[in-house]
Amino acid sequence: MRLQNRQKYIHSLLRESAIGYGFMAPTLLVLAVFVVLPILYAVFLAFQKVQLLGGIEYEFVGLRNFARLMADDRVWIALRNTAEYVAIVVPSQTVLALILATTLNAGVRGQTGWRILYFLPTITSSAVLTLIFMWIYNTNGLLNQFLAFIRLPTYNWIGDPAVALKGIMIMNIWSTAPFFMVIYLAALQEIPQSIYEAAKIDGANAWQQFWYVTLPLLKPVTFFVVAMGIIGTFQLFDQSYIFSNGSGGPNNATLTIVLLIYQYVFRDLQMGYAAAIAFLLAAIIITITLLQQWLFGKQTMN
Amino acid sequence: MSQLRFWQQSILYLLLTLYAILTLIPFLWALSASFKPLSEIVSDSIHFLPQQFTLENYHQIFSQPLFLRWLLNSVIIATSVTLLNLLLNSMAGYALARLQFFGKQFWFFLILAVLAVPAQVTLIPMFLILKTFGWLNSYQGMIVPAMVNATFIFLMRQFFINFPKELEEAATLDGLTPFQTFWHIVLPLAKPALTAQAILVFMGSWNNFLLPVVILFDPEMFTLPLGLNTFKGQYISYWNYIMAASMIFTLPVLGIYAFFNRYFIQSVTFTGSKG
Repeated sequence: MRLQNRQKYIHSLLRESAIGYGFMAPTLLVLAVFVVLPILYAVFLAFQKVQLLGGIEYEFVGLRNFARLMADDRVWIALRNTAEYVAIVVPSQTVLALILATTLNAGVRGQTGWRILYFLPTITSSAVLTLIFMWIYNTNGLLNQFLAFIRLPTYNWIGDPAVALKGIMIMNIWSTAPFFMVIYLAALQEIPQSIYEAAKIDGANAWQQFWYVTLPLLKPVTFFVVAMGIIGTFQLFDQSYIFSNGSGGPNNATLTIVLLIYQYVFRDLQMGYAAAIAFLLAAIIITITLLQQWLFGKQTMN
Repeated sequence: MSQLRFWQQSILYLLLTLYAILTLIPFLWALSASFKPLSEIVSDSIHFLPQQFTLENYHQIFSQPLFLRWLLNSVIIATSVTLLNLLLNSMAGYALARLQFFGKQFWFFLILAVLAVPAQVTLIPMFLILKTFGWLNSYQGMIVPAMVNATFIFLMRQFFINFPKELEEAATLDGLTPFQTFWHIVLPLAKPALTAQAILVFMGSWNNFLLPVVILFDPEMFTLPLGLNTFKGQYISYWNYIMAASMIFTLPVLGIYAFFNRYFIQSVTFTGSKG
C-alpha cells in the first residue's frame, strides 16, 4: 500500500516535470545556444588568437590579450570617453527626469497630453534621432544659427574633437530623460497625499516637502533609474557609430568601448582580443552596479 | 498640492511649454526639411515652413529599389520577434511561477544571472555561432537569438505568481490539458502584461542597430536603421533625402504610438515597478 503511494507520487512528479520542461524547452534551447554557450565561448576566445581564414583557427596565447589591453592607447581613450559620457549623462538625465515628473505632478491641467508629447523621443529609433541631430549640428545648421543669433560662439559639432562627444551627450539626455520621467511620475502618484498633509501641519513648505518627504520616498526608484542609466550609457554604440561613420572620430573623440570592440572584430578581425575588451566592459559595469547597490544600501541604513 | 498661486501656476506652464518646444523642434525641423528642395537646405536662412514645398524627396526615396525591401525586412523581423517573445516568455514565466519540476530553482537563477551579462560579451561568439550555422545575413539569424528575453521571462513570472489558482484548478477538472489551460484560460487574462511586453519588444527590435550591423552585410537583407545609415553615406549632405527617409521610418511607430500611447506609458511603468 505504502509502496504503491510512493510510486504514484513519483509518477505524478515525473509527469509534472515533463510538463514543466515542455513549457521551458524553447527558452532553455535558445538560452543554451545563444547565451550560455556564447559566454563560455567568449571566455575561451579571450585567451586565444583567432584567425578567420575560411574556417576558424585558434592559437592559445595565455594572458597576452589582457596584457596588450593594458598597453593599448585606444582602449584607454575609449574608456575615458565612455566614463566621461556616463559621468555627465546619467546625473543629467536623472535630474531632468525628476524635474519633469515633479512639475507634471504639481497639479497641472492636461497631464496626459504633456506626457504623451514629452515621451516622443523615446519611441524614435536611435538611428533616426542621430541623423536628425547631425542635420541640426551641421556647421550652418539650426543649432549654430540659433547660437549665432543669441551671440554665443558656434562650433563644428560633428568635426571638432572638443565638442563631438558633447553633441551626443546632449542628444541622449534629451531622448532618454522622458523615459525615466514616466517611471518617476508613476512613483510620485503612489505617494499618499496624507503624508504631505502631515508635513504641512508640521510647517514644511513646498521645497521642504520635496526635499524631506518626496526625495527619500523616491529612493528605490532613483536607484533603479541610476542603475538602468549606468548600464545603458556604458553600452553607447549606435550614436557614435552613425556620428563618425564607424571610425570613432574626429580624432577618436567619439570612440566608445563598444565601438572599439566592433572595430577590432570587423575591421581588424581580432576576435580574441575584442573578447578580452568585452570582458573588461562587463567587469566595469558589474563592479559599478554592485558599488552603487552598496552605496544606496548604506545610505538607507543611516 | 493644488492650491498654487497664479504666478506659480504661470511659471509651471511656461516651463512645460518651453520643454514641449524643446522636444518638438528637432522633429518639426526634420519634417520640414523633408519637404524642402536641396537649394533651400543648403541656404543659410531659417524657415520652419518650406518656401518651395516639394514631394520630390519622398519620390526619390521610394524610387530607390531597396527602400521598400528594407521596410519589409524590418516588418518581418520585428513582427516575428514580438510574437515569439510573447508566446515563449509567457510559457517560461508560467512554468517558473506555477509548475513543479526538477531543477526549477536552478533555471530561475540561471535566467536571473543571464540578465546581468552585457550583450557585448556574447556578441562576438554569437557572430561565430551564427556563421557556423550559415545564418549570417538571414531572417532566422535576426529572429531566433532574439525570440526569448530573460527580462520579460522574469516579469511574466512575477505576473503569474499573483494569479488566482482557482481558475486553473477548474480548468483541470474540466479535462483541459496544461497547455490548453495556459492557452485558453491563462493567456487571455494576462493581456495587460502581454501588451506592455509586445510594445517594448517590438520597439526594441524595430529600432535595433547593434545586432543587424554585426550580422547583416548584404544590402538586400538590411533593416531600416542600417539602410538609413547607408543612405547617409550615399547622399552625404543631401539632408532633404535623409530626412524624408527618417520620417518614413518613424511614421509606423508614431502611428502605433498615437493609438496606443496609454499602453506605452503603462509598459514603461510596468517594467519600472517590477524591476
